[in-house]
Amino acid sequence: MLNIINFTLNGENVEVAIDEKETLLDVLRNKCNMTSVKKGCEVGECGACTVLINGRAVDTCLYLAMWAKDKSILTVEGLMNKKTGELSKIQQAFITETAVQCGFCIPGIIMTAVEVLEYGRPFTRDELRKLISGHLCRCTGYENILNAIEKVMIEKYGLKK
Amino acid sequence: MIKKKSPKTAKKATFKPVKKKVSDLFIPIKDRTTVGKPEIRVDARAKVTGDAKYTNDLCPRDAYCAKVLFSTIANGEVIKMDIEEALKVEDVVAIYTCFDVPDHEWPSAGHPFSLDPSHKDPSDRKILNKRVRIYGDDIAVVVAKNEVACDRALRLIKVEYNEFTALTNPHQAMEKDATVLHPNIAKTNAFAHTTFKKKPDFDYEKEKQIAIKKYSEENLVEVVKQYKTPHISHCHIELANSYAYIAADGKITVVSSTQIPHICRRIVADALQIGVGKVRIIKPYLGGGFGNKQDVLYEPLVAWLTTKLNGHCVYLELPRENNISGTRTRHAMEGNFKSLATKDGTLLARDVQIFSDNGGYAGHGHSIAAKCSGIVNNLYRDRQGSQVDTYSVYTNTATAAAMRAYGIPQACWFAESNVDDICHKANLDPLKFRYDNCADDTLLSGGVGFYTYGLKECMKTGAKAIGWGKKRKEYANQSGNIRHGIGMGIFIYQTAVWPISMEQDGAMLILNQDGSANLLLGATEIGQGGDTVFTQMAADACGFTFDQIHIVSTQDTDYSPFGTGAYGSRQTYVAGRAAKRAGIEFKRVILEYACKLLKRKSISGLDIVKNKIIDKKTKKKLMSVADVAIQSYYNKGDAGALAVRVQEETESNSYASGAVFVDVTVDMAFGKIKVDKLVACHDSGILINPALAKAQVQGGISMSLGFGLSEEILYDEKTAKPLNNNLLDYKIPTAMDSIDSEIHFIQLEDPSAPYGNKALGEPPAILPSVAIRNAILNATGVAFDQAPMTPQRLVEGFKASGLI
Amino acid sequence: MYDIKSFYEAKNVEDAVEALQKDENAIIISGGTDVLVKVREGKDAGKSLVSIHEIEDLKGVEIDNDGTIFIKSATVFYDITNNDIIKKHIDFLGDACDEVGGPQIRNMGTIGGNICNGATSADSASSMQVLNAKAILKGPNGTREVNVVKDFYIGPGRTVKDRSEVCLGFKIEKKEYEGFKGSYLKYGKRKSMEIATLGCAVMLKLEDDNKTISDFKIAYAVAAPTPIRCPQTEQFAKGQDVTNEIFLKELANKAFSECNPRSSWRASKEFREQIIKELAKRATTKAYEKCVGKYKKEVSVTC
Repeated sequence: MLNIINFTLNGENVEVAIDEKETLLDVLRNKCNMTSVKKGCEVGECGACTVLINGRAVDTCLYLAMWAKDKSILTVEGLMNKKTGELSKIQQAFITETAVQCGFCIPGIIMTAVEVLEYGRPFTRDELRKLISGHLCRCTGYENILNAIEKVMIEKYGLKK
Repeated sequence: MIKKKSPKTAKKATFKPVKKKVSDLFIPIKDRTTVGKPEIRVDARAKVTGDAKYTNDLCPRDAYCAKVLFSTIANGEVIKMDIEEALKVEDVVAIYTCFDVPDHEWPSAGHPFSLDPSHKDPSDRKILNKRVRIYGDDIAVVVAKNEVACDRALRLIKVEYNEFTALTNPHQAMEKDATVLHPNIAKTNAFAHTTFKKKPDFDYEKEKQIAIKKYSEENLVEVVKQYKTPHISHCHIELANSYAYIAADGKITVVSSTQIPHICRRIVADALQIGVGKVRIIKPYLGGGFGNKQDVLYEPLVAWLTTKLNGHCVYLELPRENNISGTRTRHAMEGNFKSLATKDGTLLARDVQIFSDNGGYAGHGHSIAAKCSGIVNNLYRDRQGSQVDTYSVYTNTATAAAMRAYGIPQACWFAESNVDDICHKANLDPLKFRYDNCADDTLLSGGVGFYTYGLKECMKTGAKAIGWGKKRKEYANQSGNIRHGIGMGIFIYQTAVWPISMEQDGAMLILNQDGSANLLLGATEIGQGGDTVFTQMAADACGFTFDQIHIVSTQDTDYSPFGTGAYGSRQTYVAGRAAKRAGIEFKRVILEYACKLLKRKSISGLDIVKNKIIDKKTKKKLMSVADVAIQSYYNKGDAGALAVRVQEETESNSYASGAVFVDVTVDMAFGKIKVDKLVACHDSGILINPALAKAQVQGGISMSLGFGLSEEILYDEKTAKPLNNNLLDYKIPTAMDSIDSEIHFIQLEDPSAPYGNKALGEPPAILPSVAIRNAILNATGVAFDQAPMTPQRLVEGFKASGLI
Repeated sequence: MYDIKSFYEAKNVEDAVEALQKDENAIIISGGTDVLVKVREGKDAGKSLVSIHEIEDLKGVEIDNDGTIFIKSATVFYDITNNDIIKKHIDFLGDACDEVGGPQIRNMGTIGGNICNGATSADSASSMQVLNAKAILKGPNGTREVNVVKDFYIGPGRTVKDRSEVCLGFKIEKKEYEGFKGSYLKYGKRKSMEIATLGCAVMLKLEDDNKTISDFKIAYAVAAPTPIRCPQTEQFAKGQDVTNEIFLKELANKAFSECNPRSSWRASKEFREQIIKELAKRATTKAYEKCVGKYKKEVSVTC
């Protein structure tokens, strides 16, 4: 039996018919076409399926779609300025800092970075390591990813490098 | 920081290239406008917006879901399978078992096809296997409308086995009474054996006696030791996945996360026993491969399924558990060393035996073990010779095949541990010992040598950066629980696979109406940045700016030029040649057309610089390439849209090299290591894109940290059942386990390469592990010979040495 | 997609208890980070899920006038770590919650789930042990209070909580934390995304001389089939000088004698012995440092 639920996806209200067996990962990919949300392990061990739910980074593989009712969900698809086509600062930083290789883990990490940048205070590099440690990346060794997040953080809080 | 060095000690190698040079392709550094620049990746934007589509993202949503039934024994055969109950599950479309598939065996290795029958890859697996050789072998497949139906049906299939003793390691598999796993391939499980000798009559014991006579026993040091490396999983974050359908044109079309679309096409055709022309492979963006997707995995199964289901689309994604223990792995190896040196630091002789655990199927056969032993043999100049005996052995562990750096992390774990053990025993400086004994520019093995040699410059640069001499002194005579140490390692690495295999790549450039060009290649982007550097290489060759070349990232065997795909560290060397050749030809074709428009007699006075046709002498712009383009498309009477296609064979190969240094803190009572500093120095020729090169090194370091400290697939000793095949228990480094590093490149122009470049993709993953091992030896005096150096192994080692 | 029979979102605790009682095949789901993994493994495939995910009354941390802290069961780890009451009075429990899995899991997983799944490896469990917490369970027959140290665990992965009971939260009395400083150390093979190889929580109260132990509590994760306290070690520690290296060594041996670690492919018994002892010393030292500030020169490599 399908259930009709409403939630906000990247700022827009959506109404979706979902099977209660479905994860939010299934629904975002298959019914909402948010293919930036990736499946890598299905058990919360890789972080590739991370999105923000009410501002919090969550593994959607372990999140039943039924729970999404009335929540606000943000994916990488929602970061770009839709009018101007301009990328968000964090996306831009991932590009200029060469933080992207195969790219599969990247949308998830960017979403965690968005959460981290909204905490209202800057973090040390070691703190940042911990804050992104729920994501596995096999290509980059994380160094340039940290550089990208740091770059935006430094700019945001007017810090000295 | 990337620091370009003006190489003072680095020198042109004395080795003379055996095959033709590429002088006809030479473009001087001063004329390169984009090669050598840190251009932004061409796919970066698509990958931060979610626009980059990977295999699963493209799959039609009405595709059937296929899931494999994995065997619950490691060695034996399926006698009977009962699928009656499973078939009753709602939404199940079909179930096929190992009794239903074609009785035909095929090889899975992503090697170029060999015309030499003796060099062919072993055909040793079927689409589904009745003869079970690994725990989790593919014995049946359920196709259903959704994955829950698949799961429910899988749980209801009843299987009867005839079970044999599981063989969990090469020695057990080599015992006389062990079941022979592939009697069609070899009479014993040790299916291949090679011996490399530095001189034909080498005998270690004989040489030892000669050495004793010459130097006397008290002036010699001998190390007899065993070193071990584990089964390692690639752990690309995108799972192995593919889907197949029969398209309107009747072709079996497979969309796959593969590194090797053209090879995959041939193997799918082989497995299905149909013509290659009836198969089409499409390779979209790929979420990491690291060699695992250099084997053909489940593409033959999905292709076969669609033929059984009237061409309906069938999608198969392997669960993470089976990605770790059921696809391919890095070979677990054991190296038994006897090494002899003089106490003043001259390496005399080594006798080495290597046992390589190949797992249940051949994968790449003996080639990886052979590569490993070649490097063990050639990394050092044993003055009285050396011998390396290597056995590849079938066992019931996960099939081993290609993984980043193809046997060389194992080779260097062995050889580089051994060198430090010699130095430790004889109280020699490991840096000096390496400097005095390492492979030099005269090395020539199997027709491959150094065209440029930067190994010693790498050692010098790294030693300076880490503060080698000062730190060795500072760290002598420590006490207490916390200790510090520095260590190092060196490697040499063959850039390409010639002359063992054929090397060929194709490239196509098509001029667009606006004067830009589309670039199509057989070479694949797998995250390493191939698309970006090929764009740079083609752009410089035809005089276009970087932004005027639009690479087509997807390979589609229907239209992409033939190329063997991404493996080794060879694409910039091999496919780079094709991209460059295409660029040069493209420029010629454009100039010939421009020549007519400009009413010139010959193209010799013309050139293309930054998308403009110029007069070579006056440097004046005559017209733009865009002007030429529009004319070529629509000029009545002389229309002919311009394009070139080249297939370029590479008949050369070249050694890259490098050194890694680390400074570590050891907390003995806790069994913990902290890497305080890591310096990686690479002799990879001229960098095509320094930003991507540096990123590549960073990723390799992280992978090697896992190899050295935390990663290994564990098996139950009795059943060969994998114990830790999930990302929680199989421990690849997180951001907290990774480090920032200092990276140096010694850039020497390799004359055999399209732009002076040599291997860089894999080498960064070779050394950090063993450098850490040697740093721990320096810190504590305890030698850890088995990777990974887990907390438990460290604690056991320190306890055995009485340090805790 | 998870192979579940049905899903029911409970409106409130009573509704959840009723739903659980009605369907024998039903299990409770809160954060989902453990339950869904078991469904996927097939262990709990085909079950009906009764969700308490959306019950706001089960989230948050409160403190009474008498200083009793009440941590509601569906509070996620992140919210415990960052809660002001926790930070002020029992920060080491917040530290423990900050060690669970990775950041996303800490945004999803709940303390109720962590304790009620009965795992010896639960990061929050050893802190709950030293805090002598009481689990409040509500079922068809009413509400009961169970001491997590004495009466809660009945075996590996098993607790007294009935299938149809809902855990409301955990009560911590003032006397259990007042005047104490605590620490939690997790030992894993890597620094994040880990299941504990071992965990150790210590609570320490000092005499006015700032080094004599007046009260001491210690508990372990993964040192036995369930989380454990070490009562004899606690007795032994009282009156001792915490800065005395010999004492720390004896403390480690004593603590180990109360543990019952086993060998598995994850870690050998001998290795666990070494780490159990080291953790006793280091967790005690860390708690002491919280009392007086950093005092040791030698810096350990963090676990």
